Amino acid sequence: MDSAAIAVTGLRKAYGDKAVLDGIDFEVAPGTVFSMLGPNGAGKTTTVNVLTTLLAPDAGTVRIAGHDVRTQIRQVRATIGVTGQFAAVDELLTGRENLRLMADLKRVKAADAVISELLERFELTDAAGKLISTYSGGMRRKLDLAMTLVGKPSIIFLDEPTTGLDPRSRRTMWQIVRELVAEGTTVFLTTQYLDEADQLADRLVVLDHGRLVAQGTPEELKRQIPGTHVRLRFADDRRLASALTILPGAVRDEQDLTARVPGDGGSRSLRDLLDRLAEHALDAEEFSVHTPDLDDVFLALTGHATTEANAE
Amino acid sequence: MSTSPVSSSGVAAPPSSAFGDAVIMLRRNVKHSVRNPVTVFNAILFPIIMMLMFVYVFGGAIRTGGDYLGYAVPGLVVMAVTYGLGPTATEVNDDLTKGVINRFKTMDVSRGAVLTGHVVSTTVRSLIAAVAIVGVGLAMGFRSSAGPLQWLAALGVVLLLAFAAGWLTVAMGLAAKTPAGAGLGTVPLIMLPFLSSAIVPADTMKTGVKQFAEYQPFTPVIETLRDLLTGHHPSAGHLLAALAWCIGFGLLGYVWAVATFSKRA
Ligand SMILES: Nc1ncnc2c1ncn2[C@@H]1O[C@H](COP(=O)(O)OP(=O)(O)O)[C@@H](O)[C@H]1O
Ligand SMILES: [Mg+2]
Repeated sequence: MDSAAIAVTGLRKAYGDKAVLDGIDFEVAPGTVFSMLGPNGAGKTTTVNVLTTLLAPDAGTVRIAGHDVRTQIRQVRATIGVTGQFAAVDELLTGRENLRLMADLKRVKAADAVISELLERFELTDAAGKLISTYSGGMRRKLDLAMTLVGKPSIIFLDEPTTGLDPRSRRTMWQIVRELVAEGTTVFLTTQYLDEADQLADRLVVLDHGRLVAQGTPEELKRQIPGTHVRLRFADDRRLASALTILPGAVRDEQDLTARVPGDGGSRSLRDLLDRLAEHALDAEEFSVHTPDLDDVFLALTGHATTEANAE
Repeated sequence: MSTSPVSSSGVAAPPSSAFGDAVIMLRRNVKHSVRNPVTVFNAILFPIIMMLMFVYVFGGAIRTGGDYLGYAVPGLVVMAVTYGLGPTATEVNDDLTKGVINRFKTMDVSRGAVLTGHVVSTTVRSLIAAVAIVGVGLAMGFRSSAGPLQWLAALGVVLLLAFAAGWLTVAMGLAAKTPAGAGLGTVPLIMLPFLSSAIVPADTMKTGVKQFAEYQPFTPVIETLRDLLTGHHPSAGHLLAALAWCIGFGLLGYVWAVATFSKRA
């Protein structure tokens, strides 16, 4: 009995003598978003390619909805939808024709209704009759994802779906991922952005040089990262000075009139902090929580910066 | 066994047939051809323009021991077949390098369908170009004493050549690094008929070129067509050589294409 949507054990893949995936294990529960976080060259695309039957693993087992990617290729393919790192759309067809091609290949019934609904959902109805060569990068990405959704695959792979997108398209993508999961779809998503994994993922892994250096919920991960802290800006020096004396661990920030208070980012420590301010009748003008990014994560987890992974 | 996380509502999942998949891919390729005027120009118009040039401009100076139009049509038919190959190689490579083939590979789609679609569409395009050459030739005064059986046999030869060249072209398209490189890769295939008996009888050529022209693959194909269109029985030697070259190149193209297809991407 295998109830995981995706189950990976001991996965290895090498190009020549270069190990790109060096023994990877993880499981993805059905109906959740699982994010693989890692810098360029970490092995994210290679992982997606193995999980989606494009590449055979050198060692280890990969099961998608219980089907082995080596021996049950057809079943795996019938279950999944894949949006690769670069939009794979047919340039010489229109948006609608691209979706129609997917619907035909998947033998979808009532294809017209499915296509119109997807065009609507991705705000592509107006451009539906135009050739893809006239589409912007963001529109291509959206169409690419819409094509993946034709036929409602139950497990979806998105390889860096928002890299290079403008903030608005990025939000649209996030929204769609949330809707998919609400409908029960399992989403495997790679990203270079910690905030994206944080926003979307139920669980995430951090990939570095083909190894998983961390694994857990975004909250668990963030708690491991020193540097999660609260910034408080005060109206004047006097208030800042008293804040620095009453808040444990607080230091003066480089910024003017700002105190930096380390914390685990949890709501409890936050409440304690605010309570303490209230006890001393101190009010901060501005309050913000510094969210660490991928660089912070890497520094904390591996002792080196992301650029080192890039250099290879 | 496993529990699929979601019931895939609104989806019909009858077993996809390889034939059905290939037809869907073919429809896509036909749309490409129609939308890309350059492809149409290359495949159909250019051979006709060549024919006009050879017959009206150079033809008077070429000794063929008979009427030049009658000599040139079979050769031009073969050139019409090869002329459309460049865009096919480019399109195949585009599909590979832009991730379209990868997309199909992750779907439950018959593996070869996308290749079959390209081969069939380029074969059809070649056939249309060949028919157009014959049509324009007839309008220019080309008269053939071929009977229905010989026409049919000629059609068969053209079809076989187009199909073989199609597989070879698809293989080259898959093997090339870039779309431009893929287009360039077909140039030898397109140039080869010029160094055959297509336009000029081989025995009027200089030594060296002449031997090459006599033994290269296109010459027996062209000679077979020439015999058929002039109402003769093709010589057994030419016919066998033509069939052997076509089948050989077709098989080579097929094996090469399939191997490259599974290896790349
Ligand atoms: N086809 C290939 N041949 C050789 N090396 C490759 C190939 N594809 C990827 N690599 C190498 O594998 C490593 C991981 O690549 P990739 O999975 O694309 O990383 P990511 O998607 O995280 O940026 C990189 O060092 C890359 O150079
Ligand atoms: Mg990648």
